[in-house]
Amino acid sequence: MSETSSKLMLSTSHLTMKFGGLTAVNDFNLEIGKNEIVGLIGPNGAGKTTAFNVITGMYNPSEGKVQFQDRDITGLKPHSITALGIARTFQNIRLFKEMSVLENVLVACHMSIRSSVFSATLHLPGYRAREAEARRFSMELLEQVGLSHLAYEKGTSLPYGQQRRLEIVRALATKPKMLLLDEPAAGMNPQESLELMEFIRKIRDKFDLTIFLIEHHMQVVMGVCERMYVLDYGVTIAHGDPSSIQKNPKVIEAYLGVD
Amino acid sequence: MKQSTELKKALPKRKLYTIAALAAFVVFAFLANLFFDAFTLRVFNLCAIYIVLALSLNLLNGFTGLFSLGHAGFMAVGAYVSALLTMSTQLKDMNYFLEPIVPWLHHLTMPFLPAIIIAGLVSGFVGFLIGAPVLRLRDDYLAIATLGFGEIIRVLITNAQGITNGAQGLKGLPRYSTTFSVWVAAGLVTLFMVLLMRSSFGRALKAVRDDELAAEAMGINVFKVKVTSFTMSSFLVGIGGALLGHMITTIDPKMFTFMLTFNILLIVVLGGIGSISGSVISAIAVTILMEVLRFLDEPMNLIFFKTDGLPGLRMVVFSLLLMIIIIYRQRGLMGSKEFSWDMLTGLFVKRGRKGGDHV
Amino acid sequence: MTLSLLFQHIVNALSLGSLYALIAIGYTMVYGILRLINFAHGDIFMLGAYVAFYGMTIVALPWWAALLVSIVFTALFGIGLERMAYRPLRDSPRISIMISAIGASFLLESLAVLIFGGRPKGVPVPDVLSKVIHFGSVSMIMISLIIPLFTFALLVVLVWIVNKTKTGMAMRAVSTDIEAARLMAVNVNKIVSFTFGIGSLLAALGGIMWSFKYPQLNPLMGMMPGLKCFIAAVIGGIGSIGGAVLGGFLMGFIEIMTVAFMPTLSGYRDAFAFVLLIVVLLVKPTGLLGKRQTEKV
Repeated sequence: MSETSSKLMLSTSHLTMKFGGLTAVNDFNLEIGKNEIVGLIGPNGAGKTTAFNVITGMYNPSEGKVQFQDRDITGLKPHSITALGIARTFQNIRLFKEMSVLENVLVACHMSIRSSVFSATLHLPGYRAREAEARRFSMELLEQVGLSHLAYEKGTSLPYGQQRRLEIVRALATKPKMLLLDEPAAGMNPQESLELMEFIRKIRDKFDLTIFLIEHHMQVVMGVCERMYVLDYGVTIAHGDPSSIQKNPKVIEAYLGVD
Repeated sequence: MKQSTELKKALPKRKLYTIAALAAFVVFAFLANLFFDAFTLRVFNLCAIYIVLALSLNLLNGFTGLFSLGHAGFMAVGAYVSALLTMSTQLKDMNYFLEPIVPWLHHLTMPFLPAIIIAGLVSGFVGFLIGAPVLRLRDDYLAIATLGFGEIIRVLITNAQGITNGAQGLKGLPRYSTTFSVWVAAGLVTLFMVLLMRSSFGRALKAVRDDELAAEAMGINVFKVKVTSFTMSSFLVGIGGALLGHMITTIDPKMFTFMLTFNILLIVVLGGIGSISGSVISAIAVTILMEVLRFLDEPMNLIFFKTDGLPGLRMVVFSLLLMIIIIYRQRGLMGSKEFSWDMLTGLFVKRGRKGGDHV
Repeated sequence: MTLSLLFQHIVNALSLGSLYALIAIGYTMVYGILRLINFAHGDIFMLGAYVAFYGMTIVALPWWAALLVSIVFTALFGIGLERMAYRPLRDSPRISIMISAIGASFLLESLAVLIFGGRPKGVPVPDVLSKVIHFGSVSMIMISLIIPLFTFALLVVLVWIVNKTKTGMAMRAVSTDIEAARLMAVNVNKIVSFTFGIGSLLAALGGIMWSFKYPQLNPLMGMMPGLKCFIAAVIGGIGSIGGAVLGGFLMGFIEIMTVAFMPTLSGYRDAFAFVLLIVVLLVKPTGLLGKRQTEKV
């Protein structure tokens, strides 16, 4: 079963999200330990992205709590949660449309630049030093994914696969301890998915991350996740390691045999 | 990497062109001040004031993506504060014949520079007070709410007889808006905008505009950014309003209607929402055009028939212009790009890559 | 305040409220379908009044004929406006279409100044409507009574159309989810045109009846009522026809009653509407009868 690591990174207890009469997420209980790669799967509309949204503060849960590293983060605003160390990507890529590749990443460095509006506008020395550092850091990140030669291109002009990678890099620029990836492999062919899996493992090791990901690509999920939770209509129907999930009759039923 | 070294070589040449152009303009302004007749000079200086107003609206609408329609209200605040702080006691006595001015304003008089700065600060503060509750609203609701506040401000001014002299307005404001003061103001505001948009805060503004949710997820306190932007914009608008007041030397509540906001909106849309140079060029072009087209409202002697003046034709032309631009070329003149010398040479050389100063 | 005076105020409030309701419905229907604040709606109201006026004066039609001509013309005009100014921007950012609406509003107003002239015109109110009726010590102009009754009849028809006809169902579908409606083979363009047509028709009726009650026309007559009616629609719950009606009557009542009971504040009359708007937007943005709208991330 699961290896409860020495340090618990993220946990939720009885997390429930209701929209009017619809219960999108129902009594969701989650535990993710440090450096784990955990998956969240389930048929479309199962409530997976909603769960992400609640965890990252975009919605206030109807019931329940979210804890990050022993701290109750329920109801905190998204930017505060990001500051605490949780970063995310989006199901429909949400790059900043009018900005270049580099600028997209630089935006995520905003927290570390920490200059007052005043000193930033006047380009005071303190600000300039931090801005230069942020640029260097961002270019380094871009180099690691092979996007640095496109730094000044418009972000949305990149091919789809590269846009996804850019979104991940952008999230990394917030210097997170935990990364939430929402369908990172969407639209990728088998070769790209393989590379993505490698990439996820690599950044987990290199940046000492804990990763929680939503995915439909079974190849990716089974290949890279150490554990996973299965949602169907907001309810957790199974939880365990890849091989036990694959054999779980409830899971098979929920997917109607789709592999 | 190759790109950045190419950039480095090109940069000094561009800077040279820019400095040369600015110097040429300063000389031009100086000569204009000497040789233009009063009317032309006024139009020329009005351009500067509209640059300030357009840039302040663009900061909000174009760069932060907040559609605010209350501009005229903040202009009024700025104009009135500056007027009340610069008018002499005798001037005030002459104006306030229906109801005497409140005692604490009666003897308060100060020179232009502190007055206009205070005007901006008051306007910015009002912006802060209004912004905090209103900026939680969505696009269209925000537009209506700010429009509402603009009107509320106007109604308050009309009714606060003891403070603002109500509907009678204030006459005889000292003419502090000289060629020097307005163009220095325009220059400073432009410089401010350029510096701002090149900074990390400018990036945050654009991120909020492009995708609020993503910006928030990347650690940006979106609400704080919005309020800051709104306050800054209100500060600048207040200064613009003050400059306007001291040029026309008469202000009354009927000047600060939605029509005024509309004119500035037209300028910003024409120039390109999100382009600083676009706003500057457009402000100059539209101000001149507005004066030139004034003849449309006057009686015209066309060869075949005389018209007894077609009031409203000017506004017809402008509204039509706005609609045509927004329907067929939403991005306006410059879109969200900035002017660059490459653009100019690109016009003469065969159309290749259009460059823009990336920020 | 005497009872008869109070009664008079109430009837006035009902009439004004009805007129506001008619105009507010147009706003709310268009917003429900296109998420657009049609700034030009108030000017359509003005157009309806003017066309009827010219029908009666220049073409010398009997008033009911002028009314019919006007509402047909105005409805068609509204449909045309949508096609020219709003349809091309349907997939653009919402700000663009709002700017177009603002432009359209100013365009109509300045065209009106140009074509109709800026000086106010007196409306020849038909005798049958300007007759004074006496209820004991209370006297009322006929039109003040007709307006609420007529509005009520119109509302019944409208509710029937929206709830009991196929077109009405299509309208409701489009306002809930335009993409889904399209997938269900709803001709979205036709429905949008139909909505604009009805909204403009109601605005024109409102304008004509307004001009019978307050018989002075000027090109900017639609501006304040337009703004107030939009506020009324928001207060009642934008997107909800019932909300628009509620908001309209509320607005009418508040306006008449505050001036009746606190005449010194009449200068602030216009500001009330805006203050009310802002309070509603901050406390319950979806309005009294509105539905919550959540954005999918």
